Amino acid sequence: MTLSPTNGVPGGAPAVTAEAAADGAPGTTAPGPSGASGSSPGASSAGSPRARPRRATPDLGADRGALSESDWHRPSVRWGMGGTHVLLLVLLVVVGLGPMLLLAKFAVTPTQDILRTPMAVFPNGIEWANLERAWNDVEISRYFLNTIWLALGSWAVQIVVATTGGYALSVLRPRFGRVVQAMVLSTMFVPAVVLLVPLYLTVLDPPLLGRSLIDSFWAVWLPAGASAFNVLLVQRFFDNLPREVFEAARVDGAGPYRLFWSIVLPMSRPILGVVSVFAVIAAWKDFLWPLLVLKDPAIQPLSVRLPSIEASTDLGVFLAALAISTLIPVAVFLLFQRTFLRGAGLGGAVKG
Amino acid sequence: MSTTAAPPRSGDAVPARPAVGRRRPRRSPATWLRGGGLSNLIFLLPLLVVFGVFSWFPIVRAVIMSVQETNLVTEPVFVGLDNFRQVLADPLLWKAVRNTLYFAFLALVIGYPVPLVAAVLMREVRRARGVYSALAYLPVVVPPVVAVLLWKFFYKGSPTGVFNTILGWPGLGPYPWLQDASWAMPSLVLAATWAGAGGTVIIYLAALTSVPAELYDAAEVDGAGLWRKVWHVTLPQLRGILFITLILQIIGTAQVFLEPYLFTGGGPNNATVTVLLLIYRYAFQNSLGGDYGAATALSLMLALVLAIFSVLYFRLTRSWSTS
Repeated sequence: MTLSPTNGVPGGAPAVTAEAAADGAPGTTAPGPSGASGSSPGASSAGSPRARPRRATPDLGADRGALSESDWHRPSVRWGMGGTHVLLLVLLVVVGLGPMLLLAKFAVTPTQDILRTPMAVFPNGIEWANLERAWNDVEISRYFLNTIWLALGSWAVQIVVATTGGYALSVLRPRFGRVVQAMVLSTMFVPAVVLLVPLYLTVLDPPLLGRSLIDSFWAVWLPAGASAFNVLLVQRFFDNLPREVFEAARVDGAGPYRLFWSIVLPMSRPILGVVSVFAVIAAWKDFLWPLLVLKDPAIQPLSVRLPSIEASTDLGVFLAALAISTLIPVAVFLLFQRTFLRGAGLGGAVKG
Repeated sequence: MSTTAAPPRSGDAVPARPAVGRRRPRRSPATWLRGGGLSNLIFLLPLLVVFGVFSWFPIVRAVIMSVQETNLVTEPVFVGLDNFRQVLADPLLWKAVRNTLYFAFLALVIGYPVPLVAAVLMREVRRARGVYSALAYLPVVVPPVVAVLLWKFFYKGSPTGVFNTILGWPGLGPYPWLQDASWAMPSLVLAATWAGAGGTVIIYLAALTSVPAELYDAAEVDGAGLWRKVWHVTLPQLRGILFITLILQIIGTAQVFLEPYLFTGGGPNNATVTVLLLIYRYAFQNSLGGDYGAATALSLMLALVLAIFSVLYFRLTRSWSTS
């Protein structure tokens, strides 16, 4: 997870992440030094099956910050820093968890109480019906399903494009590969805002298809695949896979398809995990693009639907709808905390 | 593509290399096929189609559209730089630029130091650091639209709004939050900071673990206290990542859309109209039909400004990666 990779390849940024991701490859789940567990020092070498000797191992033996062991023995540091940490924890609970807890409370509070005394604790009882009405009457269930479909489709398209493209560019290396790679890389310099209008018009009247993609999930799925970030991430990972394995497979008569399916893909599970997490999160969060291309309320995801039902929905029910929409992502995060935090640590720096 | 394929008919002495398909003197369709040309193409096809239709083609189209009058009904007409002139003459543009700069400035003042301070402090935590990171990251997991709608409800301007109730306990307020032109933008930035800071904290924490312990040891030998260690070791070591997050934040805030669109719709009195919101209005909220020419012209101008930062970003990441 070092942020200073050693190779000066074009597009240093993706290289950073691929390098870092390749560090944990293949199949090792060495706890990232930053990871959720700030536990015992040396755990990262013990957890990794192949503990490679490194030139400099600053973070293995001495997992330390600015404060040293002897600093911690000084009472002023112990109490000062200890107090600061307690304060920080309280602050994090209030700021990070507080709004979520309030939302959970409002989700089961009668609307009149929310309006009159928002901070009172259930003065007139609990209104469980809010949740049920949000799920059934407001049809949050349907929009939930739409969101899942959008996320799954975007994920599938991104995985297909990134793995096949990365494989072709990294392993097969056709003679025009460099041109393609340069063109993919160049799109990283183009901010998303430029694409907004022309992409909308393209979806409105796609070439060779003869019918508009508006109000079809494909309008969200396909553009999601055009992610240079993914392609370069995967390609860098493939670049770091041992060539000897490919050669051996070729000698044994494996063609390019077999090599891809039976050798390269199984070896790239770590990077596919990272790409998948990014893909699903991005799809879940996306708002503006689905708002533009999915006009039919019946197929809109939660992110698009929630703002438009805000005015017409009873406040208690609306907040219950918000709470339900938050529940799944938060639950997934708490379950896969380590993957999330590792992904954020290594990929966050290069996501625009 | 495999090296087991039949050798090329032209019996030149180039040794068969694993990276296939280079420097073949003669290329007939047959040799192309045998050299793996077809499977190359098949594997590249998804990338070429998706990028071609949904990335490269629209980028080219944006440039073309910016010099055309397009409304989807009549044939596009070439109008030169008229779209750019029209956009630059729009008084709302300068308001939007000022607002966007203001948002970026506030985000720097409020949002930039918070994750750094939090991360440096969290690095020193010895027990249950995972709890700290998880709490800090939790707001990032909340879908942005939900976060905005929730905060919009918290921001209610009446004395019974959530924030006004809490601030009313020590006798503060009530404050207008989103309803007042001078309050609206800081309120937006506050919510955006809440939603985004956790991600930056995790990035900094990751960078902090790679600060070599020897540097701290050396500083201690020289008698440096905690503050001097942070100032002379930690921050210089984070220099690279600090610049990267700075540039990324500028690029991100220049394209802010969700918060102004959902919180205020650009109001009150256009105090929160940002450049991207203006682009959206030109193209999609125009009662006369979308003014796609003006919208693409403005987005190209914005992109040009951002491209400077993108190039800077790539140069920085590369130069730091070689040093």
